[in-house]
Amino acid sequence: MLAYTVRRLIMLIPVLFGMSLIVFSIIHAIPGDPALTILGEKASPQSVEELRENLGLNNPWYQQYFSYVKDVVTGDLGTSLLTKKEISGEIGPYLAATTELAIFSLIFALFVGINAGIISAWKQNSWFDYLCMLIALIGVSMPVFWLGLMEQWLFAQELKWLPSVGRDNARDSVEAITHFYLIDTIMAGRWDQFNDVVKHLILPGIALGTIPMAIIARITRSSMLEVMRSDYIRTARAKGLGQFFVVYKHALKNAMIPIITIVGLQLGMLLGGAILTETIFGWPGIGSYIYTAINNRDYPVIQSGILVIAVIFVLINLVVDLLYAYVDPRIKYR
Amino acid sequence: MGQITPDTQAVVVQDHAGHAVSPWRDAWRTLRKNKMAIIGFCIIAFFILVAVAAPLLTSFEYDQGELKNKHLPPSAEFWFGTDYNGRDVFTRVVYGAQISLWVGFFSVIGSIVMGTILGLLAGFYGKWIDTLISRIFDIMLAFPSILLAIAIVSIFGPSLQNALMAIAIINVPTYGRLVRSRVLSLKEEEFVMAARAVGMKNSRIIMQHILPNSLAPIIVTGTLGIATAILEAAALGFLGLGAQVPQPEWGKMLADSREYIQQAPWTVIFPGLSIVLTVLGFNLIGDGLRDALDPRMKN
Amino acid sequence: MKKRKLATALSGVMAVSLALAGCAGTENASNPKPAEGTKPTEVKKEEPKPAQTTIIVGRGGDSVGLDPARITDGESSRVTENVLETLVAYEQDNTNIIPGLAEKWEIAPDGKTYTFTLRKGVKFHDGTEFNSEAVKFNFDRWMDKSNPYHDKEGYEYYNDMFGGYKGDPNHIIASIETPDPSTVIFKMNRPLAPFMQNLGMFPFAIASPEAIKKDKDKFMEHPVGTGPFKFVEWKRNDSITLEKNPDYWQQGLPKLEKIVFRSIPDNSARLTALTSGEIDIMDGLNPDDTQRVLDNKDLQLFKRPSMNAGWLGFNLEKKPLDNEKVRQAIAYAIDKPGLIKAFYGDFAVPAVNPMPSSIWGYNDSIKDRTQDIEKAKQLLAEAGHANGLKLKFWAMPVPRPYIINGQKMAEAMQQDLKKVGIETEIVSMDWATYLEKTRLGEQELYLLGWTGDNGDPDNFLNNHFNKNNIGGSNRSFYKDEKVTDLLLKAQSEVDQAKRTEIYKEVQQILFDQAIMLPLVHSTQPIAASAKLKGYVPHPKGNESLEHVYFE
Repeated sequence: MLAYTVRRLIMLIPVLFGMSLIVFSIIHAIPGDPALTILGEKASPQSVEELRENLGLNNPWYQQYFSYVKDVVTGDLGTSLLTKKEISGEIGPYLAATTELAIFSLIFALFVGINAGIISAWKQNSWFDYLCMLIALIGVSMPVFWLGLMEQWLFAQELKWLPSVGRDNARDSVEAITHFYLIDTIMAGRWDQFNDVVKHLILPGIALGTIPMAIIARITRSSMLEVMRSDYIRTARAKGLGQFFVVYKHALKNAMIPIITIVGLQLGMLLGGAILTETIFGWPGIGSYIYTAINNRDYPVIQSGILVIAVIFVLINLVVDLLYAYVDPRIKYR
Repeated sequence: MGQITPDTQAVVVQDHAGHAVSPWRDAWRTLRKNKMAIIGFCIIAFFILVAVAAPLLTSFEYDQGELKNKHLPPSAEFWFGTDYNGRDVFTRVVYGAQISLWVGFFSVIGSIVMGTILGLLAGFYGKWIDTLISRIFDIMLAFPSILLAIAIVSIFGPSLQNALMAIAIINVPTYGRLVRSRVLSLKEEEFVMAARAVGMKNSRIIMQHILPNSLAPIIVTGTLGIATAILEAAALGFLGLGAQVPQPEWGKMLADSREYIQQAPWTVIFPGLSIVLTVLGFNLIGDGLRDALDPRMKN
Repeated sequence: MKKRKLATALSGVMAVSLALAGCAGTENASNPKPAEGTKPTEVKKEEPKPAQTTIIVGRGGDSVGLDPARITDGESSRVTENVLETLVAYEQDNTNIIPGLAEKWEIAPDGKTYTFTLRKGVKFHDGTEFNSEAVKFNFDRWMDKSNPYHDKEGYEYYNDMFGGYKGDPNHIIASIETPDPSTVIFKMNRPLAPFMQNLGMFPFAIASPEAIKKDKDKFMEHPVGTGPFKFVEWKRNDSITLEKNPDYWQQGLPKLEKIVFRSIPDNSARLTALTSGEIDIMDGLNPDDTQRVLDNKDLQLFKRPSMNAGWLGFNLEKKPLDNEKVRQAIAYAIDKPGLIKAFYGDFAVPAVNPMPSSIWGYNDSIKDRTQDIEKAKQLLAEAGHANGLKLKFWAMPVPRPYIINGQKMAEAMQQDLKKVGIETEIVSMDWATYLEKTRLGEQELYLLGWTGDNGDPDNFLNNHFNKNNIGGSNRSFYKDEKVTDLLLKAQSEVDQAKRTEIYKEVQQILFDQAIMLPLVHSTQPIAASAKLKGYVPHPKGNESLEHVYFE
């Protein structure tokens, strides 16, 4: 197990280097002179020179790359061209907002997906099974931004059940401590605000969680079907254990491995899907941060935003792999 | 399209793999019984037909409207209503099918070509080439795919072509890895070893043995890949990084019409439904093909 | 009226938590929600409800920077209007000059010396004294390129309104003297008829010299002035918060405790937020949505008096737009009334001149060109473009009162232009870059406009058509000597009747040569909660909210 962990960590190094190279090239691979492209053909040579200096474009590229890596490793993510602030100082609240949303979506996806999958498998070929699998099928085909728009239209604008944008009530905004608003409101003992924050989470959470939910439901179902055909489940049934008990205790335990794998992958995808969901729901997360940066051609923010998400994605996958290896000893021989 | 390919390919496979019954014909039989896959075929056939026959289906132009017709609800004249510029939404959705299918097919073909070449290089020649290519794939797969696409588009600037290119690039590792693993396992098969022993050139081995035998998983993954590619193109369009006005790309149409969702919901509903249906169609076919062609890929 | 003021002032003293509880209560009243969601607030609803003292302003985009001398876009100035003040102010609903930080002033008969008596006892938010030195410090910073606090990107408005910088041939201000702390004397090189009008403009608001000296770049993030509200915090892309300045020099003002500017980019989402009580006032209302506001008894609709113009500009330095016939052809190609009907509903009138008719000096004898496809084609043919031509069409990325939807209006005009054989490619970029690049002249066709700042025709015509303002607001790159001479002559002329004649002549020349295609003068609809009182939208496009309160 330890050897595997070490090997897995060593494998991470070239990946992280390669990622930094790709992110680095976002500015440096712009055809022509990046500074001139950003500022335009008519910009004064002085301001072009200044931006070149700012972005460190005057050195040979490998020097630029190494100083970039050095900066990133020491926690310096560059300076936003738009706000003129250090990105490392700005990015925290955005990241917290995205993480909160992603975790909320994941919990939704897991809860609904696993239960729907189990019941579908349990009542295989029933109308419930068909309905669930149809919904799951449509779910994986659904563009997250369209689902978000439709939700916003129906539940916020037409029915007015839930708020349509933002993380909290602007009139009574949450005092940010950890920037995880659910935690902040609990710490402040403000249950009314907690309630507000949850309401703001529901629509974007469902939009973002639908695809993972559908995937989880399908995986759970097929994995459950396999397990339930196995001998010891049959034995358990024969022993007269209750259906519910058999399904939820014995079968689910054994069906968990593929589910864990897929969940790890999905959490990464959630971080990617966040850029679309956040754009629609005015969620001040890292997706909005990157989206605004794209619209303002704030290249350092685009770079660092993508890098941060990618690194988190890699780390999640690492944790999942290790978990997986822990749960399933066979993996060591791979 | 689904009818011709498997049957003609069957001959080739039969020769080299030496199976008594063609797996392709067998697969086709299984596929025909799969109701969901048939529905998928119907949906996609419908959209292809619509895309090809677009000029016949509508007398309007996708980029010309009358402002006085702004935001008219669906009617006998404007089947899907009109948008903020008085353009016929039906016409735009129909021409949008051309764009989405185009991007879907060609980005996947691009990914397959690049992925196959890299996968063959890695699998066949091994050593440092394999290490290098595999590491590159690892790195690319370490990004959530839409972010990698955004990164690529922000280098080259937003346009439909660049979006297509970005989508093709980000999906290369999927096919690359698939072909590589296929090559590695086939290299150990007797018929390849035999071919090598009689001094057959590498290129011939690849063309005659490896490629035909990698075809099944590539087709399955490719079909599902078209669905993903269409979603990714729409997402980039939605973010303003793909198709530009007045191109009737579905994602871009959604982004441009979203502010009118309350006054003119049809401008948002129809392009969105079209995306869902097309993607659903390809997913259904892909699932069906997987069950039929490559039972091992079944989870 | 007095009692209500007292009540508001009293409620202002109350704890913030109480006020917030009141707000939460009102939100529920206007927005029925599922029963379980309302429990926590229901308890508080029993308490007597104090009047609301926080206003949430919903808007389309974030501010760019909060130093009004340097950053002059509308989303930035609507914040700084509340934080910083000018020497003279405008009346609440028009551009007549009233005392601001200067109590009174005297103008020498030759129009070349202005003596201001400043208000005493006024303090900046950082506690430092407002006096004549502070005024001089600000003007020196703007006009003197060698001043250590002068920014090298320059001050676009200062440049345009005062004839460039110190040392430039047309620069107006010769010297500023401060004989005592409450007296400032401006000496001029030549008379400037709209000088007083210009001084009231927001870019010439007086900033705290200490704050600038400490860190002039930080000032962008944290403005310090004398205004009714103090800057508190800026959450980028989310909100800007201001709070009441308790030492404000106007007795009993401001009435509110707190202003929160909140960015909600999507127009329809913003209206939903207003309907559900999340925000109190919003602009950027789709004209089609105004009926929904009128039908809702919890909401009210304001109309901002029109003092703006939106236009389709031509960069005269780019071929073939240097050709008068091509420009006229474009003017004939576009269905202006149709465009305006579709995008503004009843909230705009077609524009003929690049200034609105509400401003004196407007030339109403010009008859506009109407859409005539054949004529346009013929003009193009005469210009040697019978086979059509290709142009880049720059569209604004953000809604402004004059052009409320640049991208989509450009798309609509693209359809019209295609009919006469002009193929256009719509080009888009972020707003700051858009302004910068059009200033430098990279564009071909472009959309832009102007909201008047001071009610003087000079503020529309001189900015955009004086050849000395190329590199500033003259984004047409129009270099006509005659027009420049006329505009300078009008500036130095004190007789308004004579100035009127000159401005009318200029408008005629501009129209004949089709230097730009004026499109629209809009009346901006603003939706607000019905409880909001004391709000008067100012024609200049932004206003400070010190008179606003809630019932």
